[in-house]
Amino acid sequence: MSAGRIASTRLSGIDWPANLLLPILALAALPFMSFSTWLTLTVAGAAMGMMLFLMASGLTLIFGLMDVITFAHGAFISLGAYVATEVVGALPGMAASHSWVASLAVLAAALTAAILVTGVAGLIFEIVIIRRVYGSHLRQILITVGGLIVMQELLVTVWGANPIPVQKPAALQGSVEIAGAAIEIYRLVAVGLGLAVYAGLWLLLSRTRLGLTVRAGVENLEMVEALGFRVKRLFVGVFVAGTALAGVGGVMWGVYQGLVTPAIGPEMMILVFIILIMGGMGSVGGAFVAAILVGLITNYSGFLVPKLALGSNILLMVAVLLWRPRGLFPLVKS
Amino acid sequence: MADRDLLQLDRVVTHIGAYHILHGVDLSVRRGRVTMLLGRNGAGKTTTLRSIMGLWKPRAGAIHFDNARIDALDTPDIARLGIAYVPETMGIFSQLTVQENMKLAATGGRFDPARLDDVFRFFPILKTKWNDRAGLMSGGQKQMLAVARAIVEERRLMIIDEPTKGLAPAVIDQLIACLLELKARDTTILLVEQNFHMARSVGDDVAVMDNGVVVHNGLMADLAADEALQTRLLGLNLGSHQ
Ligand SMILES: Nc1ncnc2c1ncn2[C@@H]1O[C@H](COP(=O)(O)OP(=O)(O)OP(=O)(O)O)[C@@H](O)[C@H]1O
Ligand SMILES: [Mg+2]
Repeated sequence: MSAGRIASTRLSGIDWPANLLLPILALAALPFMSFSTWLTLTVAGAAMGMMLFLMASGLTLIFGLMDVITFAHGAFISLGAYVATEVVGALPGMAASHSWVASLAVLAAALTAAILVTGVAGLIFEIVIIRRVYGSHLRQILITVGGLIVMQELLVTVWGANPIPVQKPAALQGSVEIAGAAIEIYRLVAVGLGLAVYAGLWLLLSRTRLGLTVRAGVENLEMVEALGFRVKRLFVGVFVAGTALAGVGGVMWGVYQGLVTPAIGPEMMILVFIILIMGGMGSVGGAFVAAILVGLITNYSGFLVPKLALGSNILLMVAVLLWRPRGLFPLVKS
Repeated sequence: MADRDLLQLDRVVTHIGAYHILHGVDLSVRRGRVTMLLGRNGAGKTTTLRSIMGLWKPRAGAIHFDNARIDALDTPDIARLGIAYVPETMGIFSQLTVQENMKLAATGGRFDPARLDDVFRFFPILKTKWNDRAGLMSGGQKQMLAVARAIVEERRLMIIDEPTKGLAPAVIDQLIACLLELKARDTTILLVEQNFHMARSVGDDVAVMDNGVVVHNGLMADLAADEALQTRLLGLNLGSHQ
């Protein structure tokens, strides 16, 4: 990317064309369906997008700061989903209660447990595998594909190969009617959680010294070290945070699907990688926008041309890359 | 134990990948003095500085800072000894503001007001651009920021790699003024510089490298006065290239 281009997109403060893509896409779908259908699909798309964002945000942080490509991320998503089956299964009374508080408490307990379990698993994975392959993408890909297989086998060993059902907590099962459209409550919760995580990451990155270090490290890691920051420790923290976010995404997705298999996470990785590439590898904001784009496109095209559901995402990615070869919000590296 | 100079390299050997770059570098930087490291393009000056900072790990030899061995330490731990490094590429974080760049260089992100005043006196433009993205500044302004990061705190050693590269004469004069004031305060500086005018203005001691070894040590004033020596060591008569 030329310096002029960076200057022009930065000077104005906000990169309008990239930010407007999302509302334009949403509005473009409106003429093809009734308003209530559109609203249902848009909320469903946003909810799916937010869950995808939870899965993708950790991966994009890991790539952006550590320059590490990991294919094992899907296994952490699956692990989070299995933790959800355990926690929801262990609290049958609360999960069946129609009280809001009880239902949200069950979900919160599942999320907390998943953060702990996937975070610890991520820590072990970083120490045993990732830190040995810094600097070599080929070795990272090979060894993390191996790690993915090992982790999936471990999941099968613990939870078996058969799908395990998990129920949404009772108060989150129904839907509410908004403007003539039936909106699933769980989807609204997913949107809320996704927004909260995005806001939290944004605050962390833009308002704290740790975030400042991460942003500087994304651009020039060597210089951050030369200024006295112990980047290796930061790496461990980022990897653990990234896998914990995968666990959060896994809980939300597993409960949403209602059935958890070892492949539930890896299945999502095609979309997750599309999001990373489309948003700009390493960019959290880019992953956020791209995840919602993918969620919306999947739902609109699933309604209009069901056969094109996955294909439409790939088409969108190709179109975005023709327009911006490094994604919507590319990182600047030096 | 014999008292060493503040920074001392003994027979430092550094490889970059498959390439053998430094073939046993001996170099001393004395306390409170400005040591110039000169040499032709590709002589190994940058590699020497990167070896000191631990950005390349020397394969043999020893590096002592204040009588303690540092060549096995990680880069952040070397920096924390009080060594500031201004790389040839400046290492500016272009996505961050000038202020954020400076904050990263200050311990705990807190500025010493007196030091900050110094910075703004040396480089007033940084005050004007304080809240702008560093990437939007000119090359000369970025170089000022790179030096400013190094002086935002009291350092025990400053290592600066070719600060005048590609800069306009007016900017070079500003940098020289800054270095002269630091020198007057007994700051210890190791400076790589191709600009002989600057080298002569600020240097006390000089080491000249060629082909990955130091081939000459002496006083900067002696080298500046001896054109034949300059021609032999540096390959061209730099005295006329100011
Ligand atoms: N990353 C690298 N990989 C391979 N060789 C390198 C690398 N960096 C430097 N070299 C080689 O090492 C030698 C010394 O390079 P170095 O950058 O230390 O020289 P220098 O004295 O700083 O030169 P200049 O005045 O051009 O900055 C050169 O021959 C260069 O080609
Ligand atoms: Mg150099």
